[in-house]
Amino acid sequence: MTALIALFWRDLRRAWGSGALWLPVLFFLLVATAFPFAVGPDAPLLRRAGGGMVWVAALLAALLPIDRLVRPDKDAGVLDQLAVRGFADEVIAAVKIGAHAIGFGLPLLIALLPASALLAQDAARVETLAAGIAIAVPALASLAVLSAALTANHKGGSAIGGLLVLPLAVPLLIFGAGMLDPSGRGAVKLLAATSLLLTVIGPFAAGAALRGLRE
Amino acid sequence: MTELLRLGDVACIRGDRLLFESLSLTLNRGDALSLRGPNGAGKSSLIRLAAGLLRPAAGTVERRERVALIDEAAALDAELPLRRALDFWARVDTVDGHSVDRAMDAMALAPLAEVPVAMLSTGQRKRAAMVRVIASGAPIWLLDEPANGMDDAAQARLVAAVAKHRANGGAVMLASHFALGIADLAELDMGALA
Repeated sequence: MTALIALFWRDLRRAWGSGALWLPVLFFLLVATAFPFAVGPDAPLLRRAGGGMVWVAALLAALLPIDRLVRPDKDAGVLDQLAVRGFADEVIAAVKIGAHAIGFGLPLLIALLPASALLAQDAARVETLAAGIAIAVPALASLAVLSAALTANHKGGSAIGGLLVLPLAVPLLIFGAGMLDPSGRGAVKLLAATSLLLTVIGPFAAGAALRGLRE
Repeated sequence: MTELLRLGDVACIRGDRLLFESLSLTLNRGDALSLRGPNGAGKSSLIRLAAGLLRPAAGTVERRERVALIDEAAALDAELPLRRALDFWARVDTVDGHSVDRAMDAMALAPLAEVPVAMLSTGQRKRAAMVRVIASGAPIWLLDEPANGMDDAAQARLVAAVAKHRANGGAVMLASHFALGIADLAELDMGALA
């Protein structure tokens, strides 16, 4: 157990070290800043479209660091050393998913406040967005680690990595943005169900991909 | 139980090339086995098989104790000071800081404890990997080219560490292009197997 905690902190330290913490957050805020310039300062339109934009930005922010989630550990021999010590690949994947969920999820939720202000979201919608993104963060982290593990053997893999998991992320977008629709009462349950499913599948799928890296 | 590692009739295929087959060996407490052979004979693959990182195409691999491995990657975080990078593996191996202290003394790395891993030379990095192996306390050492980049003094320290490990009931399998001068060393000629 101490070993897994050490592994978790190492991933978190590497995520937040050297200013990398701010990368997904800055990206997220960049989208939120650019969007009003692109569609114009029409507040009702911004309010309607902005919520969906927040979701798109959150998804892309989760996928932004996938080239440093698995590949550096593979190249440095860290994954081999962990395998030699008998850690199951699924456990390694689960720890990485947990660390990524905290590593990008927490800053993202903090950045949600200024982003919502830029996109003219009112208090009720900000609450809904925050709840939805908090529910989706474990699933987004699962998808990010999965695509990082699948593409760790390929140079420039992060570019295809995003495409690989996009179909799996679409339900999160639909139900997450659906929560903002006043008629979408069941959306939060469907979002939670989708997030749970992806979070449960994630460690096994990513673990299998990590095992494949050794062959 | 004196037997630590047993390979029974293993075969190894990399790509579509058969590297070796029907290879059997046992490693008992106190043993040291050197793998010899030209590049590409399968020395590194055999070590990865023994470590459990590769699955044999046929045959069985049984490990009765924990394994410590050195391969071409040091597995130390480049941005960290050496000591902290080694401490991470000490926590993973659940050994205390004193083991790391003693291992760093054994490889004469104590003066470099605060130097970032990225600043270390090839030989110093190999010595650091050796510290990780010694500190882990694992009875089975699998060393793939442990002496690359090491100077004579460091090689002597490596040989001394191997001797001490064997005296304490450990076993070593190594592949090295240097004649390190390890006493009482069994040899396996991988070139003759192909």
